[in-house]
Amino acid sequence: MSALLTNAILFTLSAFTLAMVLTLIRLFKGPSAQDRVLALDYLYILAMLMMLVLGIRYASDTYFEAALLIALFGFVGSFALAKFLLRGEVIE
Amino acid sequence: MKRLFPAPLLSLSLWGLWLLLNLSLSPGHLLLGALLGFFAPYIFAPLRPSPARIRKPGVALRLFLLVGRDVVASNLVVAWGVLRAGRRPPRSAFVKVPLDLHDAHGLAALAMICTVVPGTVWSELALDRSVLLMHVFDLDDEAAFIEHFKSTYERPLMEIFQ
Amino acid sequence: MNSLQVLPFWVEVLTAVLLVLSSLFGLIGALGLLRMKDFFQRMHPPALASTLGAWCVALASIVYFSALKNGPVLHAWLIPTLLAITVPVTTLLLARTGLFRKRMAGDDVPPEVSDGRQQGH
Repeated sequence: MSALLTNAILFTLSAFTLAMVLTLIRLFKGPSAQDRVLALDYLYILAMLMMLVLGIRYASDTYFEAALLIALFGFVGSFALAKFLLRGEVIE
Repeated sequence: MKRLFPAPLLSLSLWGLWLLLNLSLSPGHLLLGALLGFFAPYIFAPLRPSPARIRKPGVALRLFLLVGRDVVASNLVVAWGVLRAGRRPPRSAFVKVPLDLHDAHGLAALAMICTVVPGTVWSELALDRSVLLMHVFDLDDEAAFIEHFKSTYERPLMEIFQ
Repeated sequence: MNSLQVLPFWVEVLTAVLLVLSSLFGLIGALGLLRMKDFFQRMHPPALASTLGAWCVALASIVYFSALKNGPVLHAWLIPTLLAITVPVTTLLLARTGLFRKRMAGDDVPPEVSDGRQQGH
């Protein structure tokens, strides 16, 4: 792996980390509960993209499966939270 | 053939998914994926409310590519809108769109397209499926937006599903 | 798999460009999430990362692994496909949640569109 790609990956990971910090600020600031769910959902997406980048960094397939799992868990989690906020029950 | 494969598209995509996940074209995986694709429609038949029928694959493919292009274009627009939000706040607004499309699968596809394209979020559908409420990130001209939305997305979907 | 293997230069350039592009979209999405004033405005910027951001990362992964293994390695494209199916469901539900809770709180949002209409079909 050349210096170009290593530096690009370093930049990408730092940018995603910065994006996560910004999202965390929104998560703590709120103001409403649905804002927090939106921020949490975005954190999941960013974490999943970081997993794919790490997969390129270490030239490994295993990270892809981690990314798939994060995507699925993030979906189920955000869905349940949003459903709860909609009526106060997850399953009606 | 129709009785053997009640949902050929579902079977084919499950087969492709299996091969992609395993990253292999070995005979064993070809067979396992084919078995999955063959039996899954029978197992999931009680869960499917009504079978979808795709009338014009050509129109569907064109719509797919069009949505891909629109996603890229509106990504750039929304990104630019976010970056200059300090100087010029985006003119966000709710828009009511009258719908002519009433097929459940078509509406599901329309909801997917509308949400995947950044800049528009599907917010609420009337119970009788005649009006759609959506939120637009940066609205310039409401009438032009509704006309564009109906002609690019709704009309092809009506051709495909109705 | 040998990480010391030398890849063609254009593969590395293409991967690097795609990665940097996706990181910019992820960053702008987070910036929008933080800076926008209203909940419904904040729903739009995250779509940047789940569409073009995810496409760029997946393409970078496909290009890089295909060059590394000397054959098409397409499984990364499953991620954008999965996102295209799951993200609309979450977003739609969150939009309805926002409308419902804002109406309950008496904020300035449009009234229910199905008022006075019968349920059809």
